[in-house]
Amino acid sequence: MCLSIPSKVVSIDKEKATAVVDTMGVQREVGIDFIEDEVKLGDYVLIHIGFAMNIISEEEALASIETYREILELMDAEERERAIRDADRCEGG
Amino acid sequence: MRELQLRDLYERFRDPATLQALSELIHREAAGLKRPINIMEVCGGHTHTIMKYGLKQLLPESIRFIHGPGCPVCIMPKERIDHAYALAMQPEVILATLGDMIKVPGSKGSLQDARSRGADVRFVYSPLDLLKIARENPDKKVVYFAIGFETTTPMTAALIEQARKAGIDNLLYHINHVTVPEPMEMLLGDRREAQESGEKSRIDAFIGPSHVSVIAGAKIYRPFPERYGRPVVVSGFEPVDVMEGVLMLVRQFIQGRSELEIQYKRSVTMEGNLSAQRLIEKYFERRENFRWRGLGEIPRSALRLKEEYAQIDAEKIYAEILPDEPIDDHKLCICGEILRGMAQPYECKVFGKACKPSSPLGSCMVSSEGACAAYYKYGELLHEARRSEA
Ligand code: SF4
Repeated sequence: MCLSIPSKVVSIDKEKATAVVDTMGVQREVGIDFIEDEVKLGDYVLIHIGFAMNIISEEEALASIETYREILELMDAEERERAIRDADRCEGG
Repeated sequence: MRELQLRDLYERFRDPATLQALSELIHREAAGLKRPINIMEVCGGHTHTIMKYGLKQLLPESIRFIHGPGCPVCIMPKERIDHAYALAMQPEVILATLGDMIKVPGSKGSLQDARSRGADVRFVYSPLDLLKIARENPDKKVVYFAIGFETTTPMTAALIEQARKAGIDNLLYHINHVTVPEPMEMLLGDRREAQESGEKSRIDAFIGPSHVSVIAGAKIYRPFPERYGRPVVVSGFEPVDVMEGVLMLVRQFIQGRSELEIQYKRSVTMEGNLSAQRLIEKYFERRENFRWRGLGEIPRSALRLKEEYAQIDAEKIYAEILPDEPIDDHKLCICGEILRGMAQPYECKVFGKACKPSSPLGSCMVSSEGACAAYYKYGELLHEARRSEA
């Protein structure tokens, strides 16, 4: 499913071209190859199959996070983690 | 208080009242249309939004959707799935891929079947996971079966780049990346084959995929309004986005315009992500031809690794064991017609009977993003809608 839940950048490793992002409490490392020059700590990014695709505005990010929160609150911890990881698994359009 | 404000924000995208208001606006403006318009939503994500939120029911009869081919798993021909299967069955190979690909049957079975027959098949969330697999298995060949549109192509390029930088040499690639504009063009019937068969396109306008456009830029759709007179609105995936996209298209028709517009301004620009585009150009080139499941051969509609990367190209290295005979779908399957906008899923004789998501006969049922799968999943809604129409 192609949800693209906004994730917040919590650390950046320019050497490896990766960043650690927080997606509604789940942290993971993602590639920043495509936004390396402009990304900053605290930015909201959209993740797509393990890479940050673009930076989005905070207003936009908080709005969609809230949408997902409602859905995710209905799940247990394991389900939630899987759902968050699944959410950026979008091969399509 | 804060929470209330957030809710207000997100409700912009899904709120029934907003949808209703947009619906009324579209009804009012569409009354001025000289004839009905057929809108193709190219991407499977949009098909899902339309079905899930019952958007069809919110639109006047003069606006119809044609579900497009924007689902990379659905359009993968069986002979390519057989490639994945054959590679996976090599004793020295670990095969890794994304998403629903693992469930799709080829002529010998799916990758899941290959796994139950002893093959090492891995499902990954991200191409970057391949770096770890390759490092942990130095005595194996790790093959990444890469699928997807412009949205996933740069990630494969980034993986290649990182693997080369890290000196990993047991990672190979089987590239199945396809592009969006070429099938759109073919579906318009402007290609010779389509003209020869006397088929006339029913597509009047497009809703353009949004994530593809984040990468490639909305510019890739320019020929459609300019050369073919088909307006395009690049739209987001939320129901309000799609409805707003429809309204923008209706206005173009009423005002006699044919333009490329972006509804999804939150993320899409005309130019797209240039560093992603540069990385794609570094590693990939166009194939002369690619066979799409349900649509047939489409010139220049897919990518392959450039010749200079032959030493990491699994398609070249394993050429001898990879058969390339085209394999057709079940003869009852009308997916091709559905993708061309000539038929709807429920017109298929085996829809929901012999063909279900758990036992798909054709490509549109295979992936959760396919049109038949969407109709199956949200069939209840559709059923109700048809009852109330009757
Ligand atoms: S229901 Fe199955 S067989 Fe019929 S068109 Fe759809 S995918 Fe093909």
